[in-house]
Amino acid sequence: MAVGLASGRPFLMIAYILKRLLIGAATLLLASAVVFAVMEVLPGDPAQVMLGMSATPEATANLREQMGLDQPLMWRYISWVGGLLVGDFGRSYTYSAPVSSLIAERLVVSLPLALMSLVLSTVIAIPVGIFSAARRGRLPDSIAMGTAQLGVAIPNFWFALLLIYVFAVGLQLVPSGGFPGWGGGIWNGLKSLILPSVALALPQAAILARVTRSALLDVLGEDYIRTARAKGLPRGRVLRRHALRNAMIPVLTILGLQFAFLLAGTIIIENVFYLPGLGRLVFQSITQRDLIVVEGVVMLLVASVIIVNVLVDLAYALVDPRLREAA
Amino acid sequence: MSLLEIENLTLSIGGASILKGVDLSLEAGEVMAVVGESGSGKSMTALTLMQLLPPGSKTGGRVIFDGQDLLKASEADMLRLRGDDIGMVFQEPMTALNPVKTIGEQVAEGIRWHTRVGRAEAEQRAAAMLDRVGLPQSKFPLSRYPHQLSGGQRQRVVIAIACALNPKLLIADEPTTALDVVLQKQILDLLRDLVEEKRMGLLLISHDLAVVAEMADRITIMRHGEVVEAGETSAILQAKAHAYTKQLAEASAHVPSVRVAAAPKTTPSLATDAPRPLLEVQSLSREYPGRRTGIFSREAPFRAVRDVSFSVGHGQSVALVGRSGCGKSTLARVILALDRPTGGSITFDGQRIDILPDAKLRAARRNMQVVFQDPYGSFDPRHRVERLVSEPLHLLENKPDRDERRTLVETALEEVGLAASDMEKYPHEFSGGQRQRLSIARALITKPKLIVADEPVSALDVSIRAQVLDLFADLNARLGVAYVFITHDLTVARAITDDVLVMHDGEIVERGPTGAILDNPQSDAAKALVAAAPDLDRALAARSRTKRAEALRPISG
Repeated sequence: MAVGLASGRPFLMIAYILKRLLIGAATLLLASAVVFAVMEVLPGDPAQVMLGMSATPEATANLREQMGLDQPLMWRYISWVGGLLVGDFGRSYTYSAPVSSLIAERLVVSLPLALMSLVLSTVIAIPVGIFSAARRGRLPDSIAMGTAQLGVAIPNFWFALLLIYVFAVGLQLVPSGGFPGWGGGIWNGLKSLILPSVALALPQAAILARVTRSALLDVLGEDYIRTARAKGLPRGRVLRRHALRNAMIPVLTILGLQFAFLLAGTIIIENVFYLPGLGRLVFQSITQRDLIVVEGVVMLLVASVIIVNVLVDLAYALVDPRLREAA
Repeated sequence: MSLLEIENLTLSIGGASILKGVDLSLEAGEVMAVVGESGSGKSMTALTLMQLLPPGSKTGGRVIFDGQDLLKASEADMLRLRGDDIGMVFQEPMTALNPVKTIGEQVAEGIRWHTRVGRAEAEQRAAAMLDRVGLPQSKFPLSRYPHQLSGGQRQRVVIAIACALNPKLLIADEPTTALDVVLQKQILDLLRDLVEEKRMGLLLISHDLAVVAEMADRITIMRHGEVVEAGETSAILQAKAHAYTKQLAEASAHVPSVRVAAAPKTTPSLATDAPRPLLEVQSLSREYPGRRTGIFSREAPFRAVRDVSFSVGHGQSVALVGRSGCGKSTLARVILALDRPTGGSITFDGQRIDILPDAKLRAARRNMQVVFQDPYGSFDPRHRVERLVSEPLHLLENKPDRDERRTLVETALEEVGLAASDMEKYPHEFSGGQRQRLSIARALITKPKLIVADEPVSALDVSIRAQVLDLFADLNARLGVAYVFITHDLTVARAITDDVLVMHDGEIVERGPTGAILDNPQSDAAKALVAAAPDLDRALAARSRTKRAEALRPISG
């Protein structure tokens, strides 16, 4: 509501945003120190670890120098963080390519996939949650929530196989796997992401629908719902106009957590559909002990989680005027 | 024909019979009070009229409103009536408004829904209505959110919502129970003016006879889902023909008999002789930092308590009275060492507790216990009474073993009139009054010298309230426990305390023996409290005066 934002003191809203951004930046810095430290305390010499036991001492020494391991610890940390800030994540040993371009390559698959799944899960879950809450305890509610329970319980790779069997093999509507790249037209790219995003979205939607329903039911017991009913508003309108916005806080929290998962927690689905995404990059780097790539991807994920959390905090303030002043 | 005619109304929810044949009628422009204690069915009668009953409700009988039987009305009919012809005001103003919508949106919403006018016109009408209930646009623009208003202001918004479309019938369910006496009077005056102005019928639901005595033309007294007595207000209240009516009337002005007997006792008055008072508070202040207005600027600090001095002797009972927001609860928190003062000193039992570190407060905490307003909220529902009541025992220097603990709990329960066997039960197995007894037992178990009680009876029905006040008086007489009683209810102060401190804007503005101050208040704050306090006898006297005046008026044309 325009009225909502204009009222109160604009300073407070700006202070709220600044504060969230500052906290986000501080968390990011702390996380970078932790990630860096973890790589340092790993047993053995990173160069040795990466090259394996059979490497010659010369090769190891070479890599050490290339990785800057001969520099003092503090200096290495500062130059690493400095590099991150300008988008220099270092060079991958196994791919012999800059980590940033490896990540960028994978992000063009993972980011659209995560966004599609998120939109899909929201579009399914919130209406189902509202539908169920409005019919609490009746048959349609039980059916919807039973289905949601099933959605949480079924492993998504199994569901993915089912989707491939029906839509790719059977009906032949979409490819069964692989990613042609965006060069061959947007539609071709999107087509190969449809099944994976459905497979990812459904379990998320099932959780989100249950959260939406229970948050709404909590709100429907509030006194102001009775006040709204006493105005003569029909049930459905009270649910949409009064209950929904108040129920959004827990829903937003879950959405924020889900986005972080969708960006990188998708290794299994990427494998099922043979997609070159971030999850597979991490998986391969770990098996090949390419620590620099792992470090870079982990930092990217940490950053995305923090950014999403800042966005969720801002969304809280849009939803609830009391939070704008509690800055 | 009456505006509202309820005949033989029955209601059962999930098989339990709630209303058992209620009859009631209301004319346009008339004020009918429905009085009863919790569980009497008065609120359910109101919800039946609105057809907003919980699921699983079955109704019988007839409810004729404006020629239409509401029990047979369709939901579509009810949607037209609710908020348009029937408005309703609820008890709890703090939660009755949607926190994420502006007050303008919330008042305009019903207007737009029923009249289908545009946003601008609806907002204009909402502004006029808010202005009428005492929230002028210059100070309370439509863009305010509920959390930016006080309890009394929020109740005005709820009244504006209910009256926005000039309903024929207004239902007010305990509209002032959550407010202090001065606000209560303002809200009741507002309701009365609106009823006269718009010729509404008002169904005023209350647990307090004194509140309705001034307002109501007629009274219906309910108990256990039945009408006990009904009729013209002064006739009912003067005759007190029915035993239950009499009981209600007496309970609302109850004075514990222990205190009646001990009435002339010469109590050491505040801060005079007593060589060493139990509690001594000197120039105490508590400030809170002001709200931020910019990165480097703040509003002036808020001084919740300013320069307060008083003392409480051993076994003395002191009332701290004042309107909500006057600083009395902050003062109590500081005395209890739950919050630190920003100035002044507190000496308890010979020890400066304001400068003591938390770790060294055990002895003081043991000798000073607290009883809160809400007996429901102050217990963990998953613990048994034994564990709940024995909680403060961790303050003892020597931890009692299991048997000793049970004995202590037993004694405490017996002190407050409960049975030793109650210690195996859970809090939900007790009634509201019994739960307040439990919290008193919990306070007593360390044998404290002082109990600070924050509105300990305001959530209780009048007859239960009388019993709990008796208990407080009895413990004071037998065990010599001193009290600081925080209350906005002057009847309670009068019933239980020797001395009174009147607080206003963080300061003590008047002090002295309770009876003398309340009979003859000097400060403006005390005068306002006394004048606003509902008083059954005064209301009846005022009624008979106007009656006589009307009878003497020459009949014209």
